[in-house]
Amino acid sequence: MSRWRCPACGYVYDEQQGHPHEGFPPGTPFGEVPEEWHCPDCGVRDKVDFEPVP
Amino acid sequence: MSAVTSTHDHHDFAPGPDGQALEQPRWRDRKRYAWLLGLIVPLLPFISWGLVELTGLGVFWFYGPVLIFGVFPLLDLIAGLDASNPPDSVIKWLEQDRYYRWCTYLFLPLQYAGLVFACWMWSHGGLSVFESLGLALTVAMVAGVAINTAHELGHKRASSERWLSRVALAQTGYGHFFIEHNRGHHVRVATPEDPASARMGESFYAFWPRTVSGSLRSAWELERVRLERMGRGPWTIRNDALSAWAMTVALYAVLALVFGPIVLPYLLIQAVVGFSLLEVVNYLEHYGLRRSLREDGRYERTAPEHSWNSNNVASNVLLYHLQRHSDHHANPLRRYQALRHFDEAPQLPTGYAGMILLAMFPPVWRRVMDRRVVEHYQGELGLANISPRARARVLARYGTPATQAAGADGLAGGGAR
Repeated sequence: MSRWRCPACGYVYDEQQGHPHEGFPPGTPFGEVPEEWHCPDCGVRDKVDFEPVP
Repeated sequence: MSAVTSTHDHHDFAPGPDGQALEQPRWRDRKRYAWLLGLIVPLLPFISWGLVELTGLGVFWFYGPVLIFGVFPLLDLIAGLDASNPPDSVIKWLEQDRYYRWCTYLFLPLQYAGLVFACWMWSHGGLSVFESLGLALTVAMVAGVAINTAHELGHKRASSERWLSRVALAQTGYGHFFIEHNRGHHVRVATPEDPASARMGESFYAFWPRTVSGSLRSAWELERVRLERMGRGPWTIRNDALSAWAMTVALYAVLALVFGPIVLPYLLIQAVVGFSLLEVVNYLEHYGLRRSLREDGRYERTAPEHSWNSNNVASNVLLYHLQRHSDHHANPLRRYQALRHFDEAPQLPTGYAGMILLAMFPPVWRRVMDRRVVEHYQGELGLANISPRARARVLARYGTPATQAAGADGLAGGGAR
């Protein structure tokens, strides 16, 4: 399970938690999140901009 | 770009982890208590009533629009500019100070007290139709500025603040705004695809139907796609647009039941004028500005040069620093008290209050603003977001001379892009 951070606002997509409100149940791999998805908190950066959290 | 870079900076500068009490810095916020003045707006129905009682003149029911369209533009001219920024080192401290949040939270009870008071006046106040209309316009000013308060609250992570945002929007029936604005407008800002970014040569009256219908459709589409991912159709109370509109229907139904159906036409008037006040602000925020397409087919990142800004103090206090719009687009979650001015951001000739007034008179607006868009792009109009319908007229008027003035390589290059 990995975590991915929005470089603009710091929002973290945690695969373990998913984002149920956005339609990604807990356990949804980041790879299954659609390519055109944007940061749900700031809308400034896109999925491709997200950085893996070590 | 520097705006975006500084986001990282302020995380690095942070003296302590989130949620921990931070030491109060020596820097003092000169606007700290000025933010309370923003609460004058939701008090407008009561202030109008007071003025009517004092003078015996029913015309004071129109005090709301007089204040917004008459007094505030003048105050901007008199009070002048303030370009000072909080130092980066205090941003974190400034944002965690809950005092500033309460200045926005308090708007809501006053807003709804004013609405209930207005309904009582419309139904039992013995007002003439003319006076009732004046009160409806005054209430509309509160409703419009309430969308700005909702905007500040709707960008936050806390679900309580997002909920307050929806409550503030219920009065205008603009509950879909917090969906479209956060997930639509912020993503597509300053592109031809964004219904809420005005194009050069597009009058406010041409922009209005495009933004009102476009934002509505965008909000619906965003919710439809989100619900589809959850395996649901759009007709559910989980649809945030539907649940927000339901709040408006419930609100109007209760008001009509308590005060009688006489309040309904006035509620409708204040809603339409109220959200139009928001839309005219949308109109001026990105007029003619455009992000360019990169080679990979994506738009360049939103930068300070993609929003019009103003440092006029009066409008900035009225609108919770909304005029520091470039920083808002770079850091949408940043709280209003911490928004900064950027030297490289394009500046409006006066505050939003005065610009709203100009936007209502398209020939005057074009005279003031088109020249500034041309200057911003140094005559390379091909870089601007131009209305397709106005394209020929705009290029005929500003194309060649502007290019000559800028001494650049000419519109042939710029215009073809």
